[in-house]
Amino acid sequence: MEGVRPRVRVDSAAEAGDIVEVKTLISHPMESGFRRDGDGELIPRHIINRFTAEYNGEMVLDVEMHGAISTNPYFEFDATVPEPGSFTFTWYDDDGDVYTATDEQSF
Amino acid sequence: MPGTARKATMAALLAGTVMVVPALGDESAELVIDGEVFVTRTEAPEHMDYISEISSGWLFRSAETQAVQMDDFDNPGMLYVDGGLEEWTNVDGSEGQSCASCHDDAESMAGVRTRMPQVNADGELWAMEDYINNCRTERMGAEAWGWESADMLNMTSMISYQSRGMPVDVQIDGEAAEYWEQGREMYYTRYGQLNLSCANCHEDNYGNMLRADHLSQGHVNGFPVYRLKWAGVGSIHRRLRGCISDTRAETFARGSDELTALELYVASRGAGLSVESPSVRN
Amino acid sequence: MNLTRRQALITALSAAAVAGILPRSASAQSLDEAIAAFTGGAEATEGGVIITAPEIAENGNTVPVEVEAEGAARIIIFAAGNPNPDVVTFAFGPLSAVSRGSTRIRLAETQDIVVMAEMADGSYQMAAQEVKVTIGGCGG
Repeated sequence: MEGVRPRVRVDSAAEAGDIVEVKTLISHPMESGFRRDGDGELIPRHIINRFTAEYNGEMVLDVEMHGAISTNPYFEFDATVPEPGSFTFTWYDDDGDVYTATDEQSF
Repeated sequence: MPGTARKATMAALLAGTVMVVPALGDESAELVIDGEVFVTRTEAPEHMDYISEISSGWLFRSAETQAVQMDDFDNPGMLYVDGGLEEWTNVDGSEGQSCASCHDDAESMAGVRTRMPQVNADGELWAMEDYINNCRTERMGAEAWGWESADMLNMTSMISYQSRGMPVDVQIDGEAAEYWEQGREMYYTRYGQLNLSCANCHEDNYGNMLRADHLSQGHVNGFPVYRLKWAGVGSIHRRLRGCISDTRAETFARGSDELTALELYVASRGAGLSVESPSVRN
Repeated sequence: MNLTRRQALITALSAAAVAGILPRSASAQSLDEAIAAFTGGAEATEGGVIITAPEIAENGNTVPVEVEAEGAARIIIFAAGNPNPDVVTFAFGPLSAVSRGSTRIRLAETQDIVVMAEMADGSYQMAAQEVKVTIGGCGG
């Protein structure tokens, strides 16, 4: 969908092997599929259903999401940085859209 | 009449039907964001007769909700600030202009939130939304935004954010005086089937629980606010409408003269508190 | 928190996960199924899972929850009282430093958050915590 805005904040690793804290936030209504509109009709589900964090192609975290994740999904977790490189963060929307963000680690 | 309403409330308090001692969640809590200390409690402005110290709504929230505002990354209201920054340089309308064409950097908006709402050159009281739409229709040749539209909330969040940390300082005398008096009159007028004035909750009973809600003093220094209940940012007028609806009254429209006057009076009660926009509340 | 109640819940859930004997209310049935889908029917033991969540949430729309289980390969959060008990599953990859995840979730009412962890050896551990969801006085 249009207007989806990801934000990421990652600590900077000082040397190989450092553990960094990662925070991600993305603007999305996360329509759960359990709400009803003014006419009493169920509003169809429309959520981000998966989020992944990878570093230099290796998986850090793979998250499966359901309708009970709040609007503007927020995640906080820890990653090991084995060498200089970059994080790739990917969000997968029910509508097929994919949103990405990156973070460089250069020591 | 305001005086009568207050006397009736005082009688109820003296009769012991309502607890009067404010019970703040954590009275020692200090709002610090990126090392900047915010004024969340200060001496009440002179025009207030019944409260000696004013307290930001932030103090009345749970530790978890307070924490979300203390880190700009955790604060989802910052998504709206980002959106406003993008829009700032976006050319729109028949004149080929963006906000930045006239106003340069968004930082030039520092201080604007502290003065809103403000009387314009024609002597009318305008809220920030009115000034933005005036720019759009008169200077840019663009369509006015809806009061509660995503574009408007992005822009008011971003402009207000430029004043974050500065003290609320609205004009209430001179040409603003008549609007301020109108707002004050509304503040002490009982509305709706529940027959409640703003003061009944936010002056007489702040610190007490209204069912599960910890009543604050009802300041607007943090608006636009990211409200957990809304799962989004909302305007001052949205909140004022909600409060009036809660009294089971017919409420006023967003952008109405009535709500803008009430906004001015409510803002003046928070004079001296730091602008917290975008704040986080329940 | 009521420890006895929590232990009782965990015991009941563990047994139910194995035997499939939860009461036939729609929600309990689907929680049973959701747990079985995660564990493949294996029994879970209590402990090893840390839940950090408010005892009372100011609004059920946005409840901050952090889960951690040292050495876990996956951690799943269930909201036992939601129309769909599945909330989120964290699968920790090779570059995950700590098996920890923090997020914000929706809770439809006061209920137990049930968290299960799949350990590296294929065993399952679990914990539960009640979160009270308040009904505000202010509809605005």
